[in-house]
Amino acid sequence: MFLAEHAVGLLAAESKNPSPLLPDTAELVVGIFSFLVVLFVLGKILVPRIQVTLAERTNAIEGGIQRAEEAQAQAQQVLEQYRTQLAEARHEAARLREDAREQGAQIIAEMREQAQAEAERLIGHAHSQIDADRQAAFIRLRAEIGELAIELAGRIVGESLEDEARRRGTVDRFLDELDDRARAGT
Amino acid sequence: MSASHLLAKDFQAPGLGLFQWKPLFHIGPYAVAKPIVLVLLVMVIVVGFFWAAFARPKLVPRGVQNLGEVAYMFVRDEVGRPFLGKDTEKWMRLLVPLFFFVWVGNLMSVVPFAQFPVNSRIAFPAGLAVLIYLTFWVVGVKNQGFIGLLKSATMPPDLPKPLYLIVVPIEFVSTFLIRPFTHAVRLFANMFAGHILIALFATVAFHFLWDKVTPLGFPVGVLGVILTITMTAFELFIQAVQAYVFTLLAAFYISAGLYSDH
Repeated sequence: MFLAEHAVGLLAAESKNPSPLLPDTAELVVGIFSFLVVLFVLGKILVPRIQVTLAERTNAIEGGIQRAEEAQAQAQQVLEQYRTQLAEARHEAARLREDAREQGAQIIAEMREQAQAEAERLIGHAHSQIDADRQAAFIRLRAEIGELAIELAGRIVGESLEDEARRRGTVDRFLDELDDRARAGT
Repeated sequence: MSASHLLAKDFQAPGLGLFQWKPLFHIGPYAVAKPIVLVLLVMVIVVGFFWAAFARPKLVPRGVQNLGEVAYMFVRDEVGRPFLGKDTEKWMRLLVPLFFFVWVGNLMSVVPFAQFPVNSRIAFPAGLAVLIYLTFWVVGVKNQGFIGLLKSATMPPDLPKPLYLIVVPIEFVSTFLIRPFTHAVRLFANMFAGHILIALFATVAFHFLWDKVTPLGFPVGVLGVILTITMTAFELFIQAVQAYVFTLLAAFYISAGLYSDH
């Protein structure tokens, strides 16, 4: 390793050694000068520059982290909001379905009631119609039966009944009796 | 004569001559030798590297800037913050140049053709230590006043009163008189000793495998090669540690000037 030095003979002879603890003036001057140059260039120019850069980087990273946290919080909030809205919507839908079902049932019941009433009304109407028809038929029949019976009785008896009023009274009485008889018979 | 004497009779162990260099040229009355060339090289390397890394720093670092940032953050987190706390940023302007000037100077020990730790010449560590010592005085007087600095440096709080008779002189001598010497000599001596060790093993290897090859000396030469490589690796570690310790002490001394509660 030190062959080069020995070979070139740069080392001074050992005989005139000063103490290694005594600083050489030229070395002292050049050493301090060199260090001051390094101190000036690094201390005044380069170290402040990297310090600024490191501070900026810290800011950038911290800012980035903060922004990411904010974005995450925001996303979380939106998600919560959506979830709430979704739950509300589900709830609403369920409520609407329930309402619809209830309304449907109600409508069906109403319709059924109406139909029932209509049917009853129709039946009632038919009944009264029938009754009226029967009554009418009965009245006409009664009148005709009366005439027929008188005519028949006139022919059989050979006498004509003079008094109209009396004749009607007799017939009516007779028919009433028939009625009574029929009612008693039933 | 024993075998070991026979074996080593022509072997010359390297000594202090390792650290004495013939002048390459003169500038006025000053002789310029290899250490001066190396320290200028250190200056160029440190400035060049950090210029490449930090001249136009990017928010998203690329290439050399990454390496520079690792270096910067090592000094900031391991050296600055433990002692200087919230004042670290400001003092990084001194600590970063200091650490890399010392470390690259030490590294010259293992750079081919340089092969000489700059800081094994006492003048370089001494110059740095004096600058730190002056900085300690300036910030100390500025922040605590002259009396305050003397008091905080020599009178640790909460001691029994009579003890101050002993403690104050000891602390005074150690803080104000001896400190710059120990600061410089610690770095100097480590680099000096490391260089001698590597040189010794390298010389052993050269002597027994090249100069005087003998059957007996051959294994010794091989051992020299192995130890040279091992010690070089170990020196790489010591170089970094000593640069770290030198800067750490500088940070500690400055903090002793800045704050009175040390």
